[in-house]
Formats: sequence, C-alpha cells, structure tokens
Amino acid sequence: MFARLSTAVAVICLLGTPSFAQGAKPTDPQIAHIAYTAGVIDVTAAKQAIKKSKNKAVVSFAKDMVRDHEAVNKQALALVKKLKVTPEDNDTSRTLTKQAAAKQAELAKLKGAAYDKAYAANEVAYHKAVIGALETQLIPASSNAELKGLLETGVKIFQGHLEHAEHVAAELK
Amino acid sequence: MLPGLKFVAVLGVVVGAMGSIPAQAETIRVNIDKLVFAPANISAKVGDTIQWVNEDVLAHTATVKGDWDVMIPPKKTVSFVLKKAGDVEYYCRFHPNMKGRIAVAPK
Repeated sequence: MFARLSTAVAVICLLGTPSFAQGAKPTDPQIAHIAYTAGVIDVTAAKQAIKKSKNKAVVSFAKDMVRDHEAVNKQALALVKKLKVTPEDNDTSRTLTKQAAAKQAELAKLKGAAYDKAYAANEVAYHKAVIGALETQLIPASSNAELKGLLETGVKIFQGHLEHAEHVAAELK
Repeated sequence: MLPGLKFVAVLGVVVGAMGSIPAQAETIRVNIDKLVFAPANISAKVGDTIQWVNEDVLAHTATVKGDWDVMIPPKKTVSFVLKKAGDVEYYCRFHPNMKGRIAVAPK
C-alpha cells in the first residue's frame, strides 16, 4: 500500500497540477485532514490574491473564498472534536500542501492581468480536482455518516466556487 | 336627488370599496440548508414578503441579474418585499449553483 501511495505521489509531483493520491484508501482521521488541508490551501491562495490583485472581481472572489473556507473548516473542526477524531497527517495532505506552495511561488512571480488570469485558472483547476477527489475517493472511503455528510456539502460548496471561478475567469478573457 | 337613488349610490360606493380591498400580503418562507433553496419554486404576488432562513454557516445571496440583490448572512433570516410582477429566477452570487424561482403575480 505504501509503495503504491508513494508511486502515486511521485506521479502527481511530476504532473504539477493539483491532484490527489490514487490507490490507497484513506481512513476517517486522514480524510478529515485532507479535507481541512484542501480548505486551508484555498484560503492561502486567496490571501495572496487579496494582496496582489487590483481587479475588483478577483479580490471579491478571493474574499468569498477566505470567508467560506474558514467557516467550513471551523465547522469541520467542531465535527472532528465531537466525533473524537484526531485529523491525521498523510501523504495526500503533504503532497497537496507541497503542490500548493509551488503554485503559490509560481503565481508570486506574476503581476497585474497575468497574475489575475493565472490565479483564476488555478482556482478553476483546483476546485475541479477537489470535487473529483471528494466524489471518487474521500466520500466513498469515509465511514462516519456525519463526516460523509459534511464532505457531501463540501462538494456543493466547491461546485459553487467552481462556477463562480469560471465566471471570474471568463470575465478576465 | 331621489332618496332611492341616493341609497343605490351609497351602496355602490360601499360595494366598490369592498371590491377594491387588497388581498392580505403574505410572508413566504424559503429555507436555505446545505446550499439549497427550499422550496426552490414559489408563487407570490406583489407586496408579499419573501423570508429567507439561512441555516448554513456560509453567507448567501438571493440575486436577480440586473435587478435586486439580497444579502443573507450565515444563520440569519432576511426579508424582502416583492415590488414587481413577473417570473424571476434568482441565484446565489457566491454559489451560482444555488437557484430559485419566484412567479410574482400582480396585486
């Protein structure tokens, strides 16, 4: 299992696009950690956008991301506390964080309209990747019904953000 | 004026007034839970109030493109009085996958 997971991680690192490890079935504590990490990553990216962008639509989208993901992660923390589940760091979370840091460094070099376009495009790709991971891996693998329910709401939130990000990206073209 | 005619005239005024008494304005509740407006389709009339009850921890909006825009903060209830007749489709600006429809009849 570990060999498979590290192979998947290696493949993902090569691809360089936001993606999730395939092949290993995560446990509930790991799923909680992955979902929480996915939210934190988007908040970090949004905070960079709020600082860097001068585009009104981009900044307001980024503020929406901070507000929503912080609210959801607060709810997620309350749930794991109630369920007495301690989120557990894992390869998928680590890979996601690493990829996000690389993406952020890449975006940091851009300015103005080029930055806005790259941020919006990455938000579209990132939300699509998270929706895919939630639907195909995390939701089917989760065993606790409440955790599953929160992840299912998470899909709807990410789908909403994806549509919103697509509108913003289309406006920048 | 003949007394009888006067009576008919008064009666006419009374009946006319009764006929024009507007129907009581109603308040229609729309629940928001897990990014869903429920009920998603409602019928109302001008002067009615829509009351959105947001159960989510997220802020939402009820927005009609090019027309009204109502902010609905998390865990709050917000009211809005319908002013115009017509069928409107509304959505949430923050989560455009959330959609609702109101058929607004004239008063």
